[in-house]
Amino acid sequence: MDNEIKFSAESLELVKSIIARYPEGKQKSALLPILHIAQAEFGGWLSVETMNYVAGLLKLEQIEVYEVATFYSMFNLKPVGECVMEVCQTGPCMLNGAGEIIQHISKKFNIKPGETTADGKFTLKTVECLAACGTAPVMMVGDKYHENLTTEKVDSMIDEWCKCGKSSHNNPYKD
Amino acid sequence: MGIKILTEHILNPELQKFEVYRKTGGYAAVEKALKTMSPDGVMEEVKKSGLRGRGGAGFPTGMKWSFLDRKSEKPRYLVCNADEGEPGTFKDRYLMEFNPHSLIEGMIVSSYALGVNDAYIYLRGEFFYILRILEKAIAEATEKGFLGKNILGSGYSLNLYCHPGAGAYICGEETALLESLEGKRGNPRLKPPFPAVSGLYNCPTVVNNVETLALVPWIVNNGGDQFSQIGIGRSTGTKLISASGHIKNPGIYEIEMGLPVEEFIYSNNFCGGMKNGKPLKAVIAGGSSVPILPAELILKTAKGESRNMSYESLSDGGFETGTMLGSGGFIVMDESTCIVRNLYNFTRFYRHESCGQCSPCREGTSWMEKILFRIENGDGRMHDIDLLFNIQKNIEGKTICPLGDAAAWPVASAIRHFRQEFEEHVTRKGCWFE
Repeated sequence: MDNEIKFSAESLELVKSIIARYPEGKQKSALLPILHIAQAEFGGWLSVETMNYVAGLLKLEQIEVYEVATFYSMFNLKPVGECVMEVCQTGPCMLNGAGEIIQHISKKFNIKPGETTADGKFTLKTVECLAACGTAPVMMVGDKYHENLTTEKVDSMIDEWCKCGKSSHNNPYKD
Repeated sequence: MGIKILTEHILNPELQKFEVYRKTGGYAAVEKALKTMSPDGVMEEVKKSGLRGRGGAGFPTGMKWSFLDRKSEKPRYLVCNADEGEPGTFKDRYLMEFNPHSLIEGMIVSSYALGVNDAYIYLRGEFFYILRILEKAIAEATEKGFLGKNILGSGYSLNLYCHPGAGAYICGEETALLESLEGKRGNPRLKPPFPAVSGLYNCPTVVNNVETLALVPWIVNNGGDQFSQIGIGRSTGTKLISASGHIKNPGIYEIEMGLPVEEFIYSNNFCGGMKNGKPLKAVIAGGSSVPILPAELILKTAKGESRNMSYESLSDGGFETGTMLGSGGFIVMDESTCIVRNLYNFTRFYRHESCGQCSPCREGTSWMEKILFRIENGDGRMHDIDLLFNIQKNIEGKTICPLGDAAAWPVASAIRHFRQEFEEHVTRKGCWFE
């Protein structure tokens, strides 16, 4: 299992260039960026093996990686679907119908927030303010914002996704 | 409509490109500062401008800069706080997405004034697409000689890097942000020492909001005195307002400080009045953390004077009858809004975002959330309302960072101005709003 967790040559180059942005000896600063890349490359979530691998790369204690990974809500600590839908549920989105959007996705796939469909395709997550309150309600899929949502818009977005079937776990440093 | 400093050309879809930004007068401030001004001269203009931090606290920027420890032998850092996460606020996202060079230019000029050679932009993790826009813009500026070694032959060098967060509201607090930038959990630090003395890697550091930094080039180009003449009183310059909620035209508006609140809400140049024609019930004027005000108090002060969009006017009356300009996250609610449900939503938010270091905040936010849930859902008791008020009072001012205050103020103000609605939730055994 362990030997499966290894960055591609291209990602390793990127990792190196990111570490170089911080002063010598301060490579721990690169932890968040590299966990983002690791999460994208290794299935959309951070397994213990993945975190240990990152610890090794940055010459950190494993616990230093765990305590960070568990603090930040963008890091998934259990497997997620290929298409992760993160719907904002905070104030302005709530005022403009976020509840309906969450309910709609919940019903459509028969999953509650935080759950993944049995076929491993879709995960529904509720998240806090995404800084897009003027175009509420809003959700993110991968690092793409979907704004001014209606249930119809959500349906067509999902249809489109089903057609292309591209995972939402993209290397965030690449367009 | 007033003067536009940050958004005059923002509808030009090509503005992200260096050449286009340059044609609108961009990077002139870098040339002027590096070729004709001393670092102290730049700082002097910023002080004269009266510019105050646009992230929410409104602290004078020039004064913050002057606290930077200049005797220290250690390197100094400038960090841009682009962790925009205050509910109701989305101005920095807009500015960075459509006018990225304005932030970069602001950071070059500000770094020059502060004697900084390495600067970072800390973006919330959800803004990765903006990080890519900024990295392209940084590469362009570097290629044209405005970043990197020996900028424009001046001998001054600056490296500028982007750094992503990963979903934690608390990292918008400047010391939590620095912890996060060091690769740690976002636990705020005890102050003092302040970042100006011991910030990033224990070195002297200035942390400024995106909008604050992006205003600096205009100040350099036109002089601090010119800037101080825009706006009203000690609220100088323009402010980006994020307007959301039950209004016809939600979006970002660059307003001159001093614009009457009534005009901002009802004029077609701004919010365009209420969506669906329902009457105004309440406004949260400066992001979810500031006190909520009922319609009559947001339009007029308790003294009956017309309220305007400025630090002073919005806070007139203190927390009894006033609020704060904060980040300019302007959330408008019509009469169909349930104040209890709205407060429950924000309290859940603060419980979720509390870092957990301080007991009053960690325990208090989850206690308040539970009480609000039962009031909203019909299990509330009359004494719960005083209990809530008491809990928020015991959070306020008793925590390392202001997240505790941010969680307490919405509760205090909602009860202060809408107590009857809470009581009715208890007597009617739950919520009657749609």
